Amino acid sequence: MINNEKYPYFKDGGQRVQLLLFLILGPLITAFFMLLVRKEGERNWIVKLSALGIGAVTILLLVSLGDKGTLYYSFAAESTSFLMFFIEMIIAVFILYLGIKYKNYLVVGLTLLQTAMMLYFEVFYAPTIEVKYSLFIDQFSIIMALIIGIIGSLICVYALSYMNDFHEHHKGLPDRRNIFFCIMFVFLSAMFGLVFSNNLLWVLFFWEITTLCSFLLIGYTKTEEATNNAFTALWMNMLGGVAFVVAILYLATQAGGIMGLGEVLASGKAIVLIPVVLIGFAGLTKAAQLPFSSWLVGAMVAPTPVSALLHSSTMVKAGVYILVRLAPIFQATFSGYVLAFIGALTFLFASGIAISQSNAKRVLAYSTIANLGLIVACAGIGTYEAIWAAILLIIFHAISKSLLFLSVGTVEHRIESRDIEDMNGLIMRMPRIAAVMVIGIAGMFLAPFGMLISKWAAIRAFIDAPYGFVFVIILAFGSALTLFFWAKWMGRLLVVTPKQENLETHIDSNIWIALISLAGLTAITCFIFPAISSTLIEPFLLQNYGNVAQLSQDNIIIMIMMLFMIVLLPLSILLPQRKHRHLTPYMGGMTTNADMSFYGAIGLKRDMKLSNYYITSWFGEVKLQTLGIYLCTGLIGIMFVSAAYVGAII
Amino acid sequence: MIFIVGAVAFILLAPVIGGLIAGVDRKISAHMQGRVGPPIFQPFYDVGKLFEKEKTVANDTQRFYAISYFIFMIFTGALFFAGGDLLLVIFALTLAQIFLVLGAYSANSPYSHIGAERELIQIMAYEPMVIIAAVGMYVVTKSFNVGTIGSYPQPLVLFLPAIFIGFIYILTIKLRKSPFDISTSHHAHQEIVKGVTTEFSGPTLGLIEVTHWYETVFLLGFVYLFFAFSPLIGIIAVVLVYLLELLIDNASARVKWQLVMKSSWLIAAIAGVVNLAVLYYLGVG
Amino acid sequence: MTYLSKSPWILHYDATSCNGCDIEVLACLTPMYDVERFGIINTGNPKHADIFVITGSVNEQNREVVRNLYEQIPNPKVVVAVGICATSGGVFRECYNVAGGIDKIIPVDVYVPGCAARPESIIDGIVVALGILEKKRNSPHFGIQEQKPVELQQGEGAQ
Repeated sequence: MINNEKYPYFKDGGQRVQLLLFLILGPLITAFFMLLVRKEGERNWIVKLSALGIGAVTILLLVSLGDKGTLYYSFAAESTSFLMFFIEMIIAVFILYLGIKYKNYLVVGLTLLQTAMMLYFEVFYAPTIEVKYSLFIDQFSIIMALIIGIIGSLICVYALSYMNDFHEHHKGLPDRRNIFFCIMFVFLSAMFGLVFSNNLLWVLFFWEITTLCSFLLIGYTKTEEATNNAFTALWMNMLGGVAFVVAILYLATQAGGIMGLGEVLASGKAIVLIPVVLIGFAGLTKAAQLPFSSWLVGAMVAPTPVSALLHSSTMVKAGVYILVRLAPIFQATFSGYVLAFIGALTFLFASGIAISQSNAKRVLAYSTIANLGLIVACAGIGTYEAIWAAILLIIFHAISKSLLFLSVGTVEHRIESRDIEDMNGLIMRMPRIAAVMVIGIAGMFLAPFGMLISKWAAIRAFIDAPYGFVFVIILAFGSALTLFFWAKWMGRLLVVTPKQENLETHIDSNIWIALISLAGLTAITCFIFPAISSTLIEPFLLQNYGNVAQLSQDNIIIMIMMLFMIVLLPLSILLPQRKHRHLTPYMGGMTTNADMSFYGAIGLKRDMKLSNYYITSWFGEVKLQTLGIYLCTGLIGIMFVSAAYVGAII
Repeated sequence: MIFIVGAVAFILLAPVIGGLIAGVDRKISAHMQGRVGPPIFQPFYDVGKLFEKEKTVANDTQRFYAISYFIFMIFTGALFFAGGDLLLVIFALTLAQIFLVLGAYSANSPYSHIGAERELIQIMAYEPMVIIAAVGMYVVTKSFNVGTIGSYPQPLVLFLPAIFIGFIYILTIKLRKSPFDISTSHHAHQEIVKGVTTEFSGPTLGLIEVTHWYETVFLLGFVYLFFAFSPLIGIIAVVLVYLLELLIDNASARVKWQLVMKSSWLIAAIAGVVNLAVLYYLGVG
Repeated sequence: MTYLSKSPWILHYDATSCNGCDIEVLACLTPMYDVERFGIINTGNPKHADIFVITGSVNEQNREVVRNLYEQIPNPKVVVAVGICATSGGVFRECYNVAGGIDKIIPVDVYVPGCAARPESIIDGIVVALGILEKKRNSPHFGIQEQKPVELQQGEGAQ
């Protein structure tokens, strides 16, 4: 366990900081080349090479440092911090310029506020603050790095082909692909930096870079809708950024100048509760929890790789990452419970809204918000069981959700629509893509796949925590809601319509690489999750919480049995069957054509169209969202007040 | 604690017991309606006949869904009677039902389709209550393991009265009894013909019938858990509960799905919160 | 002895019937006659049925429907034409808008005359049908048949 003295238990990683630096700086080099390269062929191989490199190094990281526990690295702190401050100022000016240009004065105001506070900090406090260890790595960072490195790289490879199709479809839009890929790699670099930083100033720096990347990528198409949504994302995330800066100022002035993540966790709870709650608030905005969910839904106007990378598997995970990191402070505090309640309510409401949506990307967006809410709830509860569940959720959600986003992107380009109703019978028109999509959806809610395992872990974690039964009940209801919208989407894909044109021709190999890899990962991680748990998650829990959580041996065996059955059973479709007589669907005795059209009264030809239930009267977006915003805004207020109360009485 | 004996007994005996229960069900319902009714072995004749029919399907994927539904339902019950983890059992049950729903979706038919949507609404309606019931049992016995819960020396129903009532409420939905048989029913064809099972025929339909028997035995086993402290009282309780369901079935007409959803959720929320809160306050949890 | 005769499920369809025979068919299901004693269930779904119980005659509008329903019933199946209208057209035999009995469209196995046919006759007809059903199940010709779904011909539905 971490001692309360300043640094005795912080294991120094020595000079072997190269792997981390490669991951943080390497993508920047690629980003630089992306800006220059215009030819598609060159861009292709640079991206693929980088993707391979990044993926390989993250695996190398796992292999070489995975079992070493938590290691800290000191690294050219002074000069880097100053460089970061300089870059932050440039970015502030850039955003001020854009804010004024597009007349978004909220953004201008927030930027000025944040810049003023940062300047104040830099002038009066930065010289006195010393953070010995700027970077660190532990099992959780490795897990995040693997997600960023493997899934992120696959998405970048996918984006090569996707952006080709994208600009084919939208010939009117300016082709700024070099900027697109540049920002994607800058983003990857920032994410690596975020999960490897111990110095909170560095965390803030990378945090803001991800906000900037998200803003620029959402507004990629430069249409009015995209620009508006980009600014919404910007101001909501900036609210979090401001809170983060206030937290840093508080740490500098009130808490004795501790500025390292490890040091914050090692100090007494009550001292750091206020800044932790402020950073937690920043995490809530980045993870698009209620009341800040609308930016994520609006971000769906961006090209699909952006949605997959930033807005489901990585950037929003940064929000919950910091919450999970700070969970030991939240544990058993009233503020922690309020935070968990915000997450739980978000899970419930977002799942409900997802039922009423027929736009596939919006369903995925709300589902993401919901699952992030679940992770937030686990982080707020903060017991070792809850964190185990949270980390499992992070892993499995990243894989399945990115797979779904990429599939939806490919389907959208082929059928020219994002509406789930237009995906009716997709298994007949695009069998392999539909199969991959079914795997992704199954991975989100069915046993024995990953998300189900994580939900199971969450149920156990909640019920073992004090007052946890409230959270379990919310989880039970929310989980029932998620089942409805996933199952009806899956059903829509699997309708066996009469033979139609196969739209799967000419799908680029890049796309197949990404999709098949992610589908494979979905299945494989389910098989090997006990190993993941024992090598990475459990040591992390042991070190930080003194206790481990795991599924019993029996249950793991049974789940592997189920996995085998699920993998083997569909093969029975391919077995040669004795010819069964096919019967036409029952239409009350009406004779129909093959496409189910029939002649109704007075001989009029009628088409048959099947569509899902959306139950908008109960789960309408406006109604539920408004209610959720009011409730969660109130809860955030309570969270701050309770933290301030604790902070005031010590 | 996994008792293979329990699993094997379930796999072999459940169709027999389930079929007999179905037969007795029809006999008693007939007598309630002033008729004589079919012999109690009628369900076996029905399934036997279905397997004698011509092998017909709506499309080539239907058999896979029906077989998956069958296999995972057996898996669910076997895991339950072998004393496995109750939550895993519930998740496996959901998986089995999803296969039935997908099978209904795969047929390009309006009745089948609406049946599938309503089946999903049914699942959405009762799922919270079932999870809350499992959680309630955990709170009292400190274990999700069916073997442990089953051997708990005190009557669970005394600790979980509200949850028990809620469970009986949604049991009506799961057993496909009026007033909640919105997606398919064993009675005369309803407003959506046969709903979920409309496009299944012949041996495939027979398989689904047998799966329903397995499910019935599993569900009654779940009810038994509330009274597991005394096997005699447990069996009597199960019989009484089933008779109650029959009575409700014969005395009511089908309601709209909105009412099914709203009432199930309301009862699950109230039963769950009240029962678990009281347990927590009393220091049991 | 096959299970078919112990569990015959019927599909009841009203072609042009005045509903007189239909009411008699439904009377069989009531406690008075209670055909469920024999395992008979009235399913509304041809795919679940064994016995096709038809009342009324054939006209232009229901010709395709009768054929469609008949084809959707899995083998072995029997057709019971209940009432004189289903048998031969009854008093409407010579009308311009009636084509005649059901056997103009599909093969009928049992004819139950009457106007309206009495429940006793109907039950009697069903019992005869059960014997025929058994014979069909045991016959060497029983097997998989490949039947194409009915294609709507040009102009047929437009009346």
